Amino acid sequence: MYPSRFQYESPKTVAEAVALLDQGAGEAKLLAGGQSLVPMLKLRFASPAMLVDINGIEELRYHRFDSDGTLRIGALCRHEDLEKSDIIRQKQPTISAAAPLVADPIVRTRGTFVGSVCHADPQGDWAATMIALNGRIVAQGPKGRREIAMKDFVLGPFQTALEHNEIAIEAVIPAPQGVAVGGYIKLERRVGDFATASVAVALDVVGDKVVRAGIALGGVGSRTIDASDAAAALVGQPLTDATIAKAAELAAAAAEPRSDHRGSADYKRHIVATFVSRLLNQIHSSKEAA
Amino acid sequence: MALDEVKIGGMGASRLRVEDNRFIRGKGNYVDDIVLPGMLHMEILRSPVAHARIKSIDVSKAWEVPGVRLVLTGEMMAARNLAWMPTLSYDTQAVLATDKVRFQGQEVAAVIADDPYIARDACSKIVVEYEQLPVIVNPTQSMAPGAPLIRDDKEGQQTNKVFDWEIGDKEATDRAFEQADVVSKLELHYPRSHPSPMETEGSIADYDRATGKLTVFMTTQAPHIIRAAVALVAELPEHMIRVVSPDLGGGFGNKVPVYPGYVISILASILTERPVKWISDKSSNLISTHFARDVYLKGEMALRKDGKILGFRMHTTSDHGAFFSDAQPSKFKIGLLHSAFACYDIPNAHMVAEGFYTNKAPGGVAYRCSFRVTEGMFFQERMVQAAADDLGMDQAEFRRVNFVKDDDFPHRTPFGFLTDSGQYGKCLDVGLEAIDYKNFLKEKEEAAKRGKLLGIGISTMTEPLGAGNSREYDILGIKMFDSAELRVHMSGKAILRTGAKTQGQGHETTWAQIVAHELGIPADDIVVEEGDTDTAPFGMGTYASRSTPVAGAAVAMVSRKIRAKARKIAAHLLEVSEEDIEWELGRFYVRSNQERGVSIQECAMAAYSNVPDGMEPGLENTSYYDPPNLTWPFACYIATVEVDPETGVWDVLKFVAVDDCGVRINPMIVEGQIMGGLTEAYAAAAMQFITFDEAGNCIGSNYMDYLLPTAWETPGFELYEVVTPCPHHPIGAKGIGECATVGGPAAFVNAVLDALKGTGVRNIDMPLLPDRVYEAIKTGKDISGAPPVKVD
Ligand SMILES: Cc1cc2nc3c(=O)[nH]c(=O)nc-3n(C[C@H](O)[C@H](O)[C@H](O)COP(=O)(O)OP(=O)(O)OC[C@H]3O[C@@H](n4cnc5c(N)ncnc54)[C@H](O)[C@@H]3O)c2cc1C
Repeated sequence: MYPSRFQYESPKTVAEAVALLDQGAGEAKLLAGGQSLVPMLKLRFASPAMLVDINGIEELRYHRFDSDGTLRIGALCRHEDLEKSDIIRQKQPTISAAAPLVADPIVRTRGTFVGSVCHADPQGDWAATMIALNGRIVAQGPKGRREIAMKDFVLGPFQTALEHNEIAIEAVIPAPQGVAVGGYIKLERRVGDFATASVAVALDVVGDKVVRAGIALGGVGSRTIDASDAAAALVGQPLTDATIAKAAELAAAAAEPRSDHRGSADYKRHIVATFVSRLLNQIHSSKEAA
Repeated sequence: MALDEVKIGGMGASRLRVEDNRFIRGKGNYVDDIVLPGMLHMEILRSPVAHARIKSIDVSKAWEVPGVRLVLTGEMMAARNLAWMPTLSYDTQAVLATDKVRFQGQEVAAVIADDPYIARDACSKIVVEYEQLPVIVNPTQSMAPGAPLIRDDKEGQQTNKVFDWEIGDKEATDRAFEQADVVSKLELHYPRSHPSPMETEGSIADYDRATGKLTVFMTTQAPHIIRAAVALVAELPEHMIRVVSPDLGGGFGNKVPVYPGYVISILASILTERPVKWISDKSSNLISTHFARDVYLKGEMALRKDGKILGFRMHTTSDHGAFFSDAQPSKFKIGLLHSAFACYDIPNAHMVAEGFYTNKAPGGVAYRCSFRVTEGMFFQERMVQAAADDLGMDQAEFRRVNFVKDDDFPHRTPFGFLTDSGQYGKCLDVGLEAIDYKNFLKEKEEAAKRGKLLGIGISTMTEPLGAGNSREYDILGIKMFDSAELRVHMSGKAILRTGAKTQGQGHETTWAQIVAHELGIPADDIVVEEGDTDTAPFGMGTYASRSTPVAGAAVAMVSRKIRAKARKIAAHLLEVSEEDIEWELGRFYVRSNQERGVSIQECAMAAYSNVPDGMEPGLENTSYYDPPNLTWPFACYIATVEVDPETGVWDVLKFVAVDDCGVRINPMIVEGQIMGGLTEAYAAAAMQFITFDEAGNCIGSNYMDYLLPTAWETPGFELYEVVTPCPHHPIGAKGIGECATVGGPAAFVNAVLDALKGTGVRNIDMPLLPDRVYEAIKTGKDISGAPPVKVD
């Protein structure tokens, strides 16, 4: 690969990294797993003057639950770390379902959860889980830390609310109210393909009632779509054929797909409805079984 | 005592591939691994638009980049008469555009610099002003009245038509249709795909002014053809050109043609007097090098009620892109597509082929097939299934009724091919039993009651390999024979060279096995070398499954010449007359006393130390082999699938493959070839196409859009064999490299359409992406995948 010329820096602390980004004055790019940035460099879609490689900042590689159930995912937590994590499998079904569907096994060993969210690709998988789970990003810049709710984080395709000198150091998923149930389904043409359409569902359930709901759609708009109406239709209700059908219909209405070589807009909308209903039925029947 | 053939790695031994020794250690030597002293690097600037007049090219800023040694444009090529080059199909192709660009990705300028980074930096500094012209992305647009003329460079070219071609007996076929009880029809598009070898095209041209010799290391499947072409284009004499094709990272037909990059790098080396390396990147490879397929086929079949096929008509409309540069035998315009239906006994047929220019990359290469037989066989098997359905007949039975029977060989097809051997019915039986046909049909019925869609697809075909005999097959007038040269050293070890060029087929392994079979020299004692025109005998190269049928035959024949001489030496050593000598593997002995004998190694030693009076010393020879006929392997592929009616997603439940490729030299390699081919067949059926939008933008210009299947989604394949030796090939082999790519796709597609039987859907164009399948189920209508793709 033959990218344009760039300066390469490998800081050992977050503070150093922030200082380098600050120096770069908008011409520096942060390098995490490199699974999106490196292809962009190769194609010369991106030609930053400086790369700030954070892979040497070991303390950013973690994912853990606080005692209150809040999940924290550090900036160097790889897709594979989440895929292979027992604790995620036990406590966070939406992320657990999505992890093996992100990219392919090779990419998953390098790519990071936070990097994916920062890349803000409308077809990315993790952004959908972040929206469904009502997550937020912790950013650190020269002036200190701030938290940005996921719904405010992505401004457009490949654009985020981060300043040029800010690093997203962690993603935070709030603790569930009750039991966390959920799932993720993606229609892909092949392993490692981006989503033709994907659906993330995350519900907090108490008894047989849904107390909080998040539904997000990938690949069917110029950004990851928060199907908040569909989610709202479930809150305060038990999962029944009727509530499931209603949510599926509202989610499909929220999609803004385009016709392209992956399928027509109508088809993608239909897939959204089908997947929402499949996920909710799956959740429903596994609760029945339990 | 005769040797144990399998122990010495002879015929039938599943010997491990010797080439893998270096490949799995990362010790392969590809063009890009070669570094010459003082070597410069070349990058090509490509057109971002599909059809435009070039108003101006300003290269001044590129020259200013430090480290730039040369910037070439079409005008500079034209000054040396190199702006255009001949293609292998008697057309011309632009090397660097002068007047117009005719497809997205076409070569416009080139920068030669100290390193590839600089060359790319400088390319981005070249300013080209384009005046956009209307764009044509399919033949319907090409032939529309008032369509813009793509090839206005060609004198006398009034339309976008490339050729008209016709074969068969129209009147007899018309009569057959008059007698038909049922006429079955089908229309489909075999989409454009790309061979996409792992290693992209590249070359290192090294012109030495002192000796006048030009050496070109390049990624080519046919080094000798390229040398002939370079001699033609660069006006250099052949003995001053050395083409070397080192290890190749796959070819699949994509590395047969001459590419502009080769020619530009050669001129650049002549002008700079330094070696110039050009390695195309993946996207350039996908958008500019030769594609495959892109043919619209329609046809009809005249049927008798009892299932007998009385005749068929076929019509093909092929999209050749901007330049007609198919690599194919010159007598045929649409390759060997007219070999379709060769496994069926059909008395009458007629076929019309029309080719068109479009604003797309040129090509139409034989992507893992014998010159467009893939399109032909796909249509054949889709048509056969449609016909069986129209007759209400079981599809397996319909095939059996119409097969050429075992004792009807040789059989002449209505288009003149001569098939010579096969056991079609037996192959079908093996396949049906393996898939448990009767039970599956029951299961399918049961599943339908539960709202599940199961389907079974069969594809049976014989394809013509090993082009070919010199009466009918030539490229640029050069007859399509092939060659082998064998030198046996004093110690009985040997080096074998052929005019073919391995690129994954395993020649280094299998050729040695043929020699071992013929001479009893252990395969491990034989080195195989190919690809260097200064050392290898002249040959037409490796594509169209021709290596084993042609070069492989030459290997057997040259071994026999060596054996004949060794026999004379043996007689001399044993002090008996030649007539009293017998051969067993690895050894000559005296007929009357089997104990008294000499090994082939002893004969080799004597060839250099103790030859009979009057005999030339040494033990080496060359054979040029002109095959008497094509070879005709047979395949039966059967797939079962389940279709999800809610999403259109389909899964393969089981796949069985029965191949009859004649005698198997190395069964392991044969199986590897079948597995690889079936994987490509699955890719074509399930996910792969290169399409275009209305503006001529290529959709499929990278590996996120153009999909290669991985081990995850590729189904498992169960392999079976039937062996009918080829009657005219010296070792009875028929070739296997491509059967599965050719015959495989129809099995998958037929299975999905079988699952949809009753919905009124006759055809869904490949790839059978879920959205197309869903759309078909929902609307009950056929789905066409022809470009331009619909984009909001
Ligand atoms: C073959 C292939 C297939 C893929 N398929 C999928 C898929 O199916 N689904 C999917 O979701 N993704 C897919 N991806 C993308 C992959 O998931 C990437 O890993 C991910 O999008 C980016 O994460 P990264 O750590 O690699 O980030 P990088 O590539 O290093 O960076 C991406 C961008 O985010 C910025 N960035 C990264 N980390 C931070 C941070 N902590 N703070 C601020 N900015 C940051 C970078 O500056 C850059 O602009 C695929 C990638 C490949 C190569």
